[in-house]
Amino acid sequence: MPSRKSPLQSEMVQGTLDMLILQTLVLGPAHGHTIAHAIERGSEEVLQIEHGSLYPALHRVEERGWIASFWGTSENNRKAKYYRLTPAGRKQLIAQTTRWEQVVRAIGRILKPVSE
Amino acid sequence: MSWRRYLRRAKWDRERHEEIESYVQIETDANIARGMPLEEARHAARKKFGNPTLIREEIYRMNTIGFLDSLGRDLRYALRTLRHNPMFTLIAVLTLAIGIGANTAIFSVVNGVLIKPLPYPHSDALVGVWHSAVLQGAPFSNLNLSSEMYATYLDHNQTFLEFGAWSNGAASITGMGDPEQVRTLAVTQGVLPALGVQAALGRWFSQDDDTPGTPETVVLTYGYWQRRFGGDKAVIGRAITVDLRPREVIGVMPKSFRFLNVAPDVILPLRFERSRLSPDDFSFQGIARLKPGVTLAQANADVARMLPIWTRTYGLSPKLLEVSKMGPALRPLKQDVVGDVGKVLWVLMGTIGIVLLIACANVANLMLMRAEGRQQELAIRAALGAGWGRIARELFVESITLGVLGGALGLGIAYGGLRLLVSMSPANLPRLPEISIDLLVMTFTVAVSLLSGLLFGIIPVIKYAGPQIATALRGGGRSLSQSRERHRSQNMLVVVQVALALVLLVGSGLMIRSFQALRNVQPGFTRPEQIQTVRISIPEVQVAEPERVTRMQNEILDKIAAIPGVASAAFASALPMEVDFRNVNAVSAEGKNEEERLPPIRRSKFVSPGLFKTQGTPIIAGRDFTWTEIYGDQRVAVISENMAHETWGEPSAALGKRIRVGTAAPWYQIIGVVGDVYEDGVHQKAPGCVYWPAGTRSIVFAIRSDRTGTESFLNQIREAVWAVNANLPLAQVRTLGEVYNQSMARTSFTLVMLAIAGAMALVLGIIGIYGVLSYAVSQRRREIGIRLALGAQPGELKRMFVRHGLVLAGIGVAIGLGAAAALTRLMSSLLFGIKPVDPLTYAAGALILGLAAVLASYLPARRASAVDPVEALKAE
Repeated sequence: MPSRKSPLQSEMVQGTLDMLILQTLVLGPAHGHTIAHAIERGSEEVLQIEHGSLYPALHRVEERGWIASFWGTSENNRKAKYYRLTPAGRKQLIAQTTRWEQVVRAIGRILKPVSE
Repeated sequence: MSWRRYLRRAKWDRERHEEIESYVQIETDANIARGMPLEEARHAARKKFGNPTLIREEIYRMNTIGFLDSLGRDLRYALRTLRHNPMFTLIAVLTLAIGIGANTAIFSVVNGVLIKPLPYPHSDALVGVWHSAVLQGAPFSNLNLSSEMYATYLDHNQTFLEFGAWSNGAASITGMGDPEQVRTLAVTQGVLPALGVQAALGRWFSQDDDTPGTPETVVLTYGYWQRRFGGDKAVIGRAITVDLRPREVIGVMPKSFRFLNVAPDVILPLRFERSRLSPDDFSFQGIARLKPGVTLAQANADVARMLPIWTRTYGLSPKLLEVSKMGPALRPLKQDVVGDVGKVLWVLMGTIGIVLLIACANVANLMLMRAEGRQQELAIRAALGAGWGRIARELFVESITLGVLGGALGLGIAYGGLRLLVSMSPANLPRLPEISIDLLVMTFTVAVSLLSGLLFGIIPVIKYAGPQIATALRGGGRSLSQSRERHRSQNMLVVVQVALALVLLVGSGLMIRSFQALRNVQPGFTRPEQIQTVRISIPEVQVAEPERVTRMQNEILDKIAAIPGVASAAFASALPMEVDFRNVNAVSAEGKNEEERLPPIRRSKFVSPGLFKTQGTPIIAGRDFTWTEIYGDQRVAVISENMAHETWGEPSAALGKRIRVGTAAPWYQIIGVVGDVYEDGVHQKAPGCVYWPAGTRSIVFAIRSDRTGTESFLNQIREAVWAVNANLPLAQVRTLGEVYNQSMARTSFTLVMLAIAGAMALVLGIIGIYGVLSYAVSQRRREIGIRLALGAQPGELKRMFVRHGLVLAGIGVAIGLGAAAALTRLMSSLLFGIKPVDPLTYAAGALILGLAAVLASYLPARRASAVDPVEALKAE
């Protein structure tokens, strides 16, 4: 049965979304709503996504042990589930960022060769 | 993907739900803060989030183990289907439960008896020490130890870690209420260490207890300790009177203690006086624990090495070993315990296995019929994209569910059956009360349940989950008649059932014929159920002089003979087939046995005048003993007919000849020759037997009367004994008939079990034929209706269906006869007086099955002829 896949589920974007979540949590623990808005804002509204798609990603990243969750209270006194970066997540973020930058540099060199 | 997540996914899903709600709340709050009205704010928040159900499903799926998940669904589906077909389910589960239950019951016996018969640590190293010899030209491997051999092996062996000798018997215990006869086990000190068992209380025998002249001791078994002392721990150090001699209680055995097939009450030390060992009493059983790493062959070689040491040490002729071909015949102790009951059990296991196969065939047939009814459904599902494996799995799940349900119920049946079996206590099955359903048996049951589920599940799967299934759609539900193709599997199953049922019928038929043959053997005595037996033993401490013992016995005999209803009475050291009181001697005949040779081994009995008449053993030549000869200590003897034939060629020629025990005892003159008695059971050759004049302290009365077994009669016998000596306990109060039946118990047990299996097979076979034909009739109603409408005669239709049934049965019978000829060979050792291929039994089996098949086909056929054509054609 061919399964319906949202754009965010493709391999490439999945990795990217994971990285964005980790990146967002570098600043400190946050709940889903905050993370969703932060990613949207951070991408200068380029990534217009349904915020719900974030949750499977959160679940997956938590399963891998890169983030941990706890229940807390939001700024306006709502019960909310907070996520924070684990040391493993921090390491993963650094590794991925480095790799990402390498890829970006490589692509950049191909697209804009250094003019002599 | 992990189990933890899989199992906790429901809880996680609830948490996600809360989390999503929380998002919506917060977003709504934010929207309101931007100035939206509440309704709009909530709507916008939900829109922003997307479809929460899809999200939750996505996360749920991430946590799913796909195979398990759909398996659970299949299982629920299977259970629902089974619940909706209660008749089908009931019949299938019951059939399986009986099959699996019977297998579990027999397997627990096999497990208890054959797989773990020795409840001792490292029991593989335990051996029974026996010898082989050639006696009277026949090889013999059950020669016991003599006390001299015991002493030799104890001193010189190099392969035994522990070694001991034992024998069992009876003794009377007095001084504690009524005198009581107890079973005794006499052992040398090495026996228990060999088994690796400790006394539960007090201590085991030491070197001192084995040495004559030291204080006499006794060890109690747990059961006797509980029964007579109520488990009082202060019993250690107390004295009890065994055979009128005080013995100090030094220990109590643990509750779990068993000694091979002997169930003793008390254990006595076996004392050999080194200076007074006897050369010709081969009457002790040896038991040894081999040193680690020693093989049976090495131990045998060790004993072979010690045999010459034995003859040298005790001044026996060195040619003795050569002439008698005496050699070691050590064997695993397990074999001593299990004996030849193993054959019976394996045959039973095989038989019951066949019953299960037949049961599986029946259930497979039911499944086929049901699957056929569901063919449309399956075809549609296949057309809609369900894979072959998917449908196969669903069918398998259903059949395995049935198998497991049947197994669970079967376990209950096995439990009940086992209780029944234990209460029947058949065939001297060793260790029967300890047989139980343990872990291994449970595993067996589970395995058998799953296997049978697979077995009867595979046929519908092959037929209906195959790639060709889509073609079923084309056929539609309105095929007029069933093609041969569609019936083939069912017909094959019925043929297999009939064939297997015939094998079992022939098997039980052969056992019935064997039993008849056994019954027809003239055992050497007549009407044993009319002979009451009572054993007494007059201890030396009470009456010292042998002659007074005999007079006392004679006095009791006279009192017994005077009881009303007693036709005749006599006594002997042992009556026919009393295995526990077997006594053998090497007996030489004057001028017939060379000096060097070990004289032939004969049964020895010490009998009073009148025993032959009371027993019903015919006097072939000469005469019976007289009381004068017995009191006069005259050296006369009576021998059995076969011994007379063997030695002198003619019974009358034996009269006046002389025989003696061993090679040095005084000569006895033969005054009579009597008919052979089948001492070891009628299935074995009657051994040569010598009857000596009465003179033993332990005797058994044979009392012929038609009042045997009645309470008043037994009371009168008791009074008669106690009128002469009030201190004598009565033992072995039974009839010779019981002893005789016991000697055939193994055959009758096998017979009963095989007959039960055969009956089950027959019933299942009949159900199989009936089921297939009934189904065929119901499926062909339309066709029958058309035939009738076109003028077919009901009688003709009836014959058509009966013929169908008979053709199936006929093929089954033909195959079954061949299979029976091959398989019954395996049970030839259980048969007596009959060949495994016995035409009469085979014919009878085939006839019974044939008749059953006619009956099973006739009922559905009658229904076919009763079809109303109008109804049948309207129905579809």
